[in-house]
Amino acid sequence: MTTETVAREVRMKVWRGDATGGEFVEFAVPSDPGMVVLDVVHRIQATHAPDLAVRWNCKAGKCGSCSAEVNGHPKLMCMTRMNEFAPGEEIAVSPVKSFPVIKDLVTDVSFNYEKAKTVPPFKPKPKDPDGKRRMYQEDVERVQEFHKCIECFLCQDVCHVIRDHEDNKRSFSGPRMFVRLAALEMHPLDTNERIDLIRAQHGLGYCNITKCCTEVCPEDIHITDNAIIPLKERVVTAHYDPLAWALRRIRRAGPASPAPPGPQSKEFAAPTPKPPSA
Amino acid sequence: MDVERHEYDVVVIGAGGAGLRAAIEAHALGAKTAIVCKSLLGKAHTVMAEGGIAAALGNVWPEDNWKVHFRDTMRGGKLLNNWRMAQLHAQEAPDRVLELEEWGALFDRTNDGLILQRDFGGHRYARLAHVGDRTGLEMIRTLQDHAVASGIDVFMECTLRHLITDGQRVAGAIGYWRQSGGLIAFGAKAVVLATGGVGKAWKVTSNSWEYTGDGIAMALEAGADLIDMEMTQFHPTAMVWPLSVRGILVTEGVRGDGGTLKNSKGDRFMFKYIPDFFRADTADTEREADAWYEDKKNNRRTPDLLPRDEVARAINTEVKAGRGTEHGGVFLDIASRRPADYIRRRLPSMYHQFKELADVDITKEAMEVGPTLHYIMGGIRVDADTAAATVPGLYAAGEVAAGMHGANRLGGNSLSDLLVFGKRAGQAAAEYSKRTPAPRADDAQVGAYAQRFAAPFERGGTENPYAIHAELQDTMQELVGIIRRRDELEEALARLERLRARAARAGVKGSRVYNPGWHLALDLENLIAVSEAVARSALVREESRGGHTREDFPKPDPEWGSKNVVTRRRDGRLVLTTEPLPPVPGELRALIGDDKPGEKVATGSEPAIVGGKE
Repeated sequence: MTTETVAREVRMKVWRGDATGGEFVEFAVPSDPGMVVLDVVHRIQATHAPDLAVRWNCKAGKCGSCSAEVNGHPKLMCMTRMNEFAPGEEIAVSPVKSFPVIKDLVTDVSFNYEKAKTVPPFKPKPKDPDGKRRMYQEDVERVQEFHKCIECFLCQDVCHVIRDHEDNKRSFSGPRMFVRLAALEMHPLDTNERIDLIRAQHGLGYCNITKCCTEVCPEDIHITDNAIIPLKERVVTAHYDPLAWALRRIRRAGPASPAPPGPQSKEFAAPTPKPPSA
Repeated sequence: MDVERHEYDVVVIGAGGAGLRAAIEAHALGAKTAIVCKSLLGKAHTVMAEGGIAAALGNVWPEDNWKVHFRDTMRGGKLLNNWRMAQLHAQEAPDRVLELEEWGALFDRTNDGLILQRDFGGHRYARLAHVGDRTGLEMIRTLQDHAVASGIDVFMECTLRHLITDGQRVAGAIGYWRQSGGLIAFGAKAVVLATGGVGKAWKVTSNSWEYTGDGIAMALEAGADLIDMEMTQFHPTAMVWPLSVRGILVTEGVRGDGGTLKNSKGDRFMFKYIPDFFRADTADTEREADAWYEDKKNNRRTPDLLPRDEVARAINTEVKAGRGTEHGGVFLDIASRRPADYIRRRLPSMYHQFKELADVDITKEAMEVGPTLHYIMGGIRVDADTAAATVPGLYAAGEVAAGMHGANRLGGNSLSDLLVFGKRAGQAAAEYSKRTPAPRADDAQVGAYAQRFAAPFERGGTENPYAIHAELQDTMQELVGIIRRRDELEEALARLERLRARAARAGVKGSRVYNPGWHLALDLENLIAVSEAVARSALVREESRGGHTREDFPKPDPEWGSKNVVTRRRDGRLVLTTEPLPPVPGELRALIGDDKPGEKVATGSEPAIVGGKE
C-alpha cells in the first residue's frame, strides 16, 4: 500500500440491473487521496448515475451497510481503499451473491431479519442479593467478541451452505445467527434454552467448518473457532452424552429431543442433502 | 398512485436509540405500535456512538450522584438547558443503563464486577458506561433484539416524510418504501419523532446520509415550535486526512483515556483556553492535569476535557493562528502517553479506523484531528416530563428534541438522553393514544402529499439534486459554521433561497425502485428548510454561547442567557421570537452555582488568546 498524494482518474465497473438481470457498466471519475470504493460509487452517483442504488450509513466500518463484492471478494466498500489496486487494475463492484438483487448493489437481506425473529431472547438469572449484577471482565470478553458483529452479512454471503444452495436457507440460519446464538448461550447471565433449536431449526450441523465466514469478517470475529465449534460441542454434549440427554429429558418433562444418542462424528460431518460444490 | 394504508395507536419514526426505546415502551404498555426507519434495522446513527453512556452509577467514584451530573450538564450547556429535562435525565439515566444490562448488554467491568465508567469532557467523575469504543453498537443491538423479541412491527427502509393532521392534532404520517418506491400512509393516534439531526446540511460532518432533518421539518410543517436551532455542536476531534475521511469522528474517549491535544509546535495548547466559568474545575498545569487521571480528589480535570464547544473553538483558533498541522488540524497524541496494548484494548475501533483509512498507527504516532459538525442541541420544543411537542399527539425524543442540552451537549449525554426521553415519549404517546379517539386521516392531504412525491419525476427538471446538495453543504460549512457573523448569515439566507428555487426544479432519472436521486431530491426540501431555521436563529441570537459563536458578538450576554429562540412556521414563512427560559427552582439553582459564563470566547479572529496566558 502506498500513500497517494496526487489525484488521478479511476475507472470502475459497477453492476447495474435488477432481479431480471443486469450487466457491468464502466465509469471514469476523478479520484482524491485516500478514497475508498464507496467514495467512488458516490461520485459516480453524483455525476453519472443518479439512480445508482447503494446502501451505506457510517462510512467508517461501524454499521455494516455497504457490503458488496469487489472483484469477487466480499468487502465493506467503506473500508476498501482504492490504493489497494494497482494503477490500471480493473475494479468491478457487484452486489453480494447470496441474497436476491433488488437493484444495482442493493440486495434483499430480509432472510437475516426473519431468522433473527426465531432466536429465543436473552433471559437473565436473578440479581445478586444486593440487587446488583456482577460479571467479570474475563467472562464478558469472549461474548463481547461476538457483540462486535456489525451485521454486514458478509459471512452469510460467503457461506457455501447458503451461497450454493438456495433451498438450504429454510433450514439453515448461517454464521451470523450462530454468532448471535453463541453470544446468548455464553452470556454469563443467560438462562434460556436454545440447544435443541440451534440443531433442529438453525441447522448448525450443516456447517462443515470451512472457515470462509471467519476469513471475511471485517470485525475479525473468530466465527468458526469461537462461536460455531463451541456451539457444536454444546449440541453434542446435550444430545449425544447419554447422561446429559436423559437429565434434560427428565428436567423438561416435555417431548424429547428428536436426536437419539449417536456417534459424535455424525454431527461434525455435513449432512447437507446437496454438498457444497467448492 | 395507490397508497398502502396502516392503522396504529403509536407510530415511532426512527429506529435509533430513542425510537427503539420509545417503541419498546409504547408496545409494553399495550399500544399497537409500529417503528418505521429509513435504513435497515440496527444501522441508525446510534450505532456509530463510540465513547459511552453518561449515568451517575457511582461504580468508579462513589462520590458521583445525579446532582453532580445535573450540575455538569447545566454548566456544560452554558445554563441554557431546560432544567427539568436535565434533572430527569440525571436522575433516570442510571436505571436506563441498568435496564440495558437486563436486556443482555455487556459493558466493560470494574474489578469487582460492576459496570466500568470512563472519563469524558465536562463530567466531574468517570461516568460513562462503555464497551471499548463501540458503545453505540452495543446499545442499538440490545434495543433492536429486545424490540424484535417483543414482536413490535418494524417497517425498514421506509421514509416517512410528512405528518398528516386532523385539525390541530396529529393523525398519522405518509412516505414511501425506499425499495419499491410505493407510497405508504399510517393512521396513528400518536406519532413519536426520533429522527435525529441535520448534519448532512454541512460538508464536514460525522453524520450519515440519514441526517436530513426530517423530524424537525415535519414538526415545523405541522405547526410545532422549534427552539434554539442556532445551537449546533462541532465535535472537536474528527479525522482530517486523507480528504475522503474528513469529518469521521474520533471519540472523546481518546482524551478520556489519556490522549492530549498539541499544536504543530508541540504545545499542549488547551491550557491557554480555560474560561473563568470552568477555572475552578480545571487543572492549570500539565502536572496536575496528568495526575488527575489517577487521583481526582487532589487534582482538577485536564483542560483537554473541557466541554466540546470550548475545545472546538480552541482548535479552530490554533489552526487560524498558523499553529495547525499540514492538513489543517491539530495533533491528538495518545501514543506517547499510554502503552500500545492499553490503546488497542480501550480504543480498538479508533486503532482500526486510523490504520485502515489513514495508514496511521495510533499506538506509534499522533492523530491529526479537527472539528466536525456532530449534533444539534436545538430542535423540537417538548414538555420535559412527557416529550410532547406543541402539536397534540406529537412527541419527540433524542437529538430531534431540544432543551435537554442547552447550548452545548456533553459527550455521553446523548445516549442517556435517548434512553431516558425515548422511554418517556413512548409512555406518554401510549397513554395519550388510550384516552384519545381515533383521528381521521384526511384523504385530500394524503392525495396532495402523494403528488409531491411524484413531482420530481413529472416536472422534467434539469437540476442535479447531488449538485444542489453539495452547494448547500458548502454554504452551511462556510457561512453557518463554527464561527458566525451577521453578513455571512445574511449571505447564507440569500443562497438558501436560491437553492430552494433550484431544488424545486430538481430532476430525477430512472424508476421509483430504490432510487437515491429521487430520495435526495425529496430530502433537499427538508435540508433547506431546517438550514434556514438554523441560519435565522443564528442571526437572532446576538451573543456567543456554547455551540453558537458570533464573531461580532464574542461574549455571552446574561440577557440572552435567559432566553430561547423560538421558530415557528406560519403562513408558509418562518417566524422567530424569543421566550424566557423556565426559571430553575431554588434548590436546584444551589447545585449549579451562581456564576455565569461571562468572558469573550476565542473566535480565531485575532491572535490574542483568552485565559490570560501567552
